[in-house]
Amino acid sequence: MRFSGLRVLREGLSGNKGWTPHWRDPEPKAEYDAVIIGGGGHGLSTAYYLAKNHGMTNIAVLEKGYLGGGNVGRNTTIVRANYGLEGNSQFYSHSLKLWENLEQDLNYNAMMSQRGVLMLCHSDGQRDAFARRGNMMVSQGDDAELLSAERVRHLLPYLDFDNTRFPIYGGLLHRRGGTARHDAVAWGYARGADQHGVDLIQQCEVTGIDIENGVVKGVQTTRGAIRAKKVGVVVAGRSGQVAAMAGMRLPIESHVLQAFVTEGIKPVIDHVVSFGMGHFYISQSDKGGLVFGGDLDFYASYAQRGNMPMMEHVMEAGMTLMPMIGKAKVLRSWGGIMDMTPDGSPIIDKTETEGLFVNCGWCYGGFKAVPGSGDAFAHLMATGNRHEAAAKFRLDRFRTGVGLMDEEATGSQHNLH
Amino acid sequence: MLARPEATAGVEAWDDYLHLRENPAGVTEELWQHEAGCAAWLVVRRDTRTHEISEVTLAADVKRSMGVAS
Repeated sequence: MRFSGLRVLREGLSGNKGWTPHWRDPEPKAEYDAVIIGGGGHGLSTAYYLAKNHGMTNIAVLEKGYLGGGNVGRNTTIVRANYGLEGNSQFYSHSLKLWENLEQDLNYNAMMSQRGVLMLCHSDGQRDAFARRGNMMVSQGDDAELLSAERVRHLLPYLDFDNTRFPIYGGLLHRRGGTARHDAVAWGYARGADQHGVDLIQQCEVTGIDIENGVVKGVQTTRGAIRAKKVGVVVAGRSGQVAAMAGMRLPIESHVLQAFVTEGIKPVIDHVVSFGMGHFYISQSDKGGLVFGGDLDFYASYAQRGNMPMMEHVMEAGMTLMPMIGKAKVLRSWGGIMDMTPDGSPIIDKTETEGLFVNCGWCYGGFKAVPGSGDAFAHLMATGNRHEAAAKFRLDRFRTGVGLMDEEATGSQHNLH
Repeated sequence: MLARPEATAGVEAWDDYLHLRENPAGVTEELWQHEAGCAAWLVVRRDTRTHEISEVTLAADVKRSMGVAS
């Protein structure tokens, strides 16, 4: 089934009886060429690119819950390529280019909205740092504009420019950044993978990884054993538990990050705005809700909910930056399980077990990486070679100390990002 | 976490101590500091699934009971 404007019109006039399910619900086969553990954004995009770019169609995605039920449905939907460090910048640049063609490629409406991401600065030092970052983004081939306070005022008149503690000195505008409908991204990739023959198997929890003489042979699941020549682990916050099944310890701690949404209101915030001093960022969904978040709670957690001190901190930052939102009522808050690495950058790599690959450590920035991560992980699983855009995401960089990517310059130890 | 490797223990031991984690979904022991109060370091036994705290001990006492000079 192919979506088009004409099709929507025809279905609308004929009672919407012609729509069919977006993917099958197959029984797991006894053996696949490759299985991907984890049916979130990254796992589904990996499956899609394995099938589309590498012709690997005898593969399965194993999901313990339902497709897209984890972090891909719990994030704040921001897409951007405004990283500064070698290793990160080419990867996110690559990912953004995939985003820009995603809907056409998948024939699926992901509501991709390049509304612009604006990072605000509040001191001379921060403005200098943004100038440098902007130059790095431009030299990478992406877009960045350093805005004066006056130009920011023209774009976002509702900010508290003359705040005593954090006056607004200007901002770095990344026009190609924006938001996308997060669930639709998972669904679009799922449908695309399914159309290429990939089996998407839900309610199927992996309980063991079979390894013989250092070579992966398959997985044990709640729906029986499945043999596979290659196994990719893409389970975000659960990476530690799945890696333990293969006898591995990863440089990952799982932390909680909270997000919030208000009741729907009329359009007021046109961009994604981040407050450089207060750990606060915000955008407005197409439905009208103000979607915002802040920093980690900073303790290990699998609870998918946070606590009041960080909520208060986030609300305070929001009120400091844009007092006009104070009357909006918060509708919901929730938490996601973030797979935090020591340097705050991800891992896409082989392991010491032949045929076993890991894709993890996306910290609190995994959503924008979904297309690039799937493309790079599929490339690695299919060819055995690292994708050039993700070649720096090595698992061994913490042990060797070579190629650490500490984007925040706070250090490369746990609990610093 | 209070059992640090010797300075000469080598790269593998220090990588394991500094970077690699069990990352348990369940009961775990962590070091916390009572930063806004008495500044004491604490060993906190905590469930990462529920945030329930079951035991708190002064880190200094734990270290002493390990029989290592701190």
